[in-house]
Amino acid sequence: MSAVKTRTMSTIKDIVRPYVSMFRIQFIGQLQYRAAAWAGISTQFFFGFVFVMMYSAFYGGEAVVVGVPSLQMIISYQWLKQAFLMMVVLWSQDSDLLNQIVSGHVAYSLCRPVDLYSLWASRLFANRVARCALRFAPVLILAFLLPAPYGMIPPPNFGSGLLFIVSLLLGSLVAVGMSMFVYVLTFVTMSREGARLLIGASADFATGLIIPIPLMPDWLQRALALTPFPYVADLPFRIYAGDIAGAAAGAAMGVQAFWVITLGITGWLAFRAVLRRTVVQGG
Amino acid sequence: MIYFKYIRMQLRSLAQYRSTFWFIIMGQSLTCAAGFASMTMMFDRFHTMAGWTYAEAALCYAAVFMAFSITECVARGFDSFSRLIVSGDFDRLLLRPRALTLQVLGSSFELTRLGRLIVGGTILQFAARNLGVAWTADKVIVLILMILSGVVIFFGVFLLGAAMCFVTVEGLEVVNIFTDGGREIASYPLPIYGKTALRFFTFIIPYGCFNYLPLLYLVGRADGHAALYALSPLIGMLFVIPCAFVWKAGVRRYLSTGN
Repeated sequence: MSAVKTRTMSTIKDIVRPYVSMFRIQFIGQLQYRAAAWAGISTQFFFGFVFVMMYSAFYGGEAVVVGVPSLQMIISYQWLKQAFLMMVVLWSQDSDLLNQIVSGHVAYSLCRPVDLYSLWASRLFANRVARCALRFAPVLILAFLLPAPYGMIPPPNFGSGLLFIVSLLLGSLVAVGMSMFVYVLTFVTMSREGARLLIGASADFATGLIIPIPLMPDWLQRALALTPFPYVADLPFRIYAGDIAGAAAGAAMGVQAFWVITLGITGWLAFRAVLRRTVVQGG
Repeated sequence: MIYFKYIRMQLRSLAQYRSTFWFIIMGQSLTCAAGFASMTMMFDRFHTMAGWTYAEAALCYAAVFMAFSITECVARGFDSFSRLIVSGDFDRLLLRPRALTLQVLGSSFELTRLGRLIVGGTILQFAARNLGVAWTADKVIVLILMILSGVVIFFGVFLLGAAMCFVTVEGLEVVNIFTDGGREIASYPLPIYGKTALRFFTFIIPYGCFNYLPLLYLVGRADGHAALYALSPLIGMLFVIPCAFVWKAGVRRYLSTGN
């Protein structure tokens, strides 16, 4: 009985190992780009300042306006967005992978005894986490140091902070699941630009990165709730601010997990479908 | 004349990738429209923004986006100048017996910015109609000057960014703060960002000169010298002169990157 158990354990380990390695390679590779990270930090901070001033102007100096979320929440939301942008933006793509598809080099990857979908998904996830790991701390520290109305405040309690981290990682997985469809589309259209540009602006909008979802009109909020978009960035940010807490947070994270699994399975099936009709023409 | 030849060449090569062209145009228009949609939603909830109305903010937004897209369309060669330096192609331009600025301008012509220009124009028309202003001849001229002045000022910033490439070779992401960031910051009336930012973007990089200062004149909120507010777009255009000097100085000191 226990022998069977250990054997299954070790097979699982063997199956998972290539994807974990891919994650590690990519993660360490990304950490090399420190100069780019510093430039990114100053830009993020500048844009954060612009957004925070803009929302403060709308709120007109009053901390609470009836019927809308508090200014403090929106400001924390903005700084979280600036700090963790790289984990949640849908337009961040791996141009190496797109090139592999268009140039046909993907054929080499297909020869390897690994599942291409899982390999690429773990690579994209590693990219996101690593890029953020380099950038988020300085932006957050600066945001915490800013004076009262413009700065960021800690989450209301330890639980919210913990749930935020879990939910942010899940949200990043939702983003990976959605962006994998760009690669599926690239297999079909063979154009690097098209799919990427089309999802660009609309996806930013739907994830709440242009205007926070709680500030959108109610009908739009209700419509978006049926899609995976709010579960990328909006949910973790609101959990941080304590806007969604307790049982509601648990339920929402359940839906988030549902989207991770659903997107994973449909993406995997779509990958299999396009790979089946892919023809590699020598070379 | 030779410039139009450059443009014809660029357009011909563009015609080879028609579907990509339309994709980019659509993507760009969507970005511009999404920003305006969020502005609309904010005014829907809050009605005013620190004393500014929806139409006033919309005019700022439209003027900035139109100016920026025209500059990007024409002067993309300067915006992506590091590419010319890194590839060594700039050395080839230096060898030709034609005006240098003209050649850099001709090196790239981004017709894809047309999408943003059209969306921006639509918003401008909407804002102009809802501003509650009697559009007399002088006000129409000020409006046109706003956009022209914006084009010239953005061009000046592009020149500065390009001149910096002579020193750094690689393009600096920091320059984006003044191009994309400037566009973002100026798409709302500047005074909302506080005194320091307002002064910086009026007297150092004069984004305010083509956007909220003349706007004050248009809606009749200019106090004191109204004529000064009306002429601010022209004054702002002077910004390009020091930028051109910096660019010239950069070209003179340039010692190739080797190839």
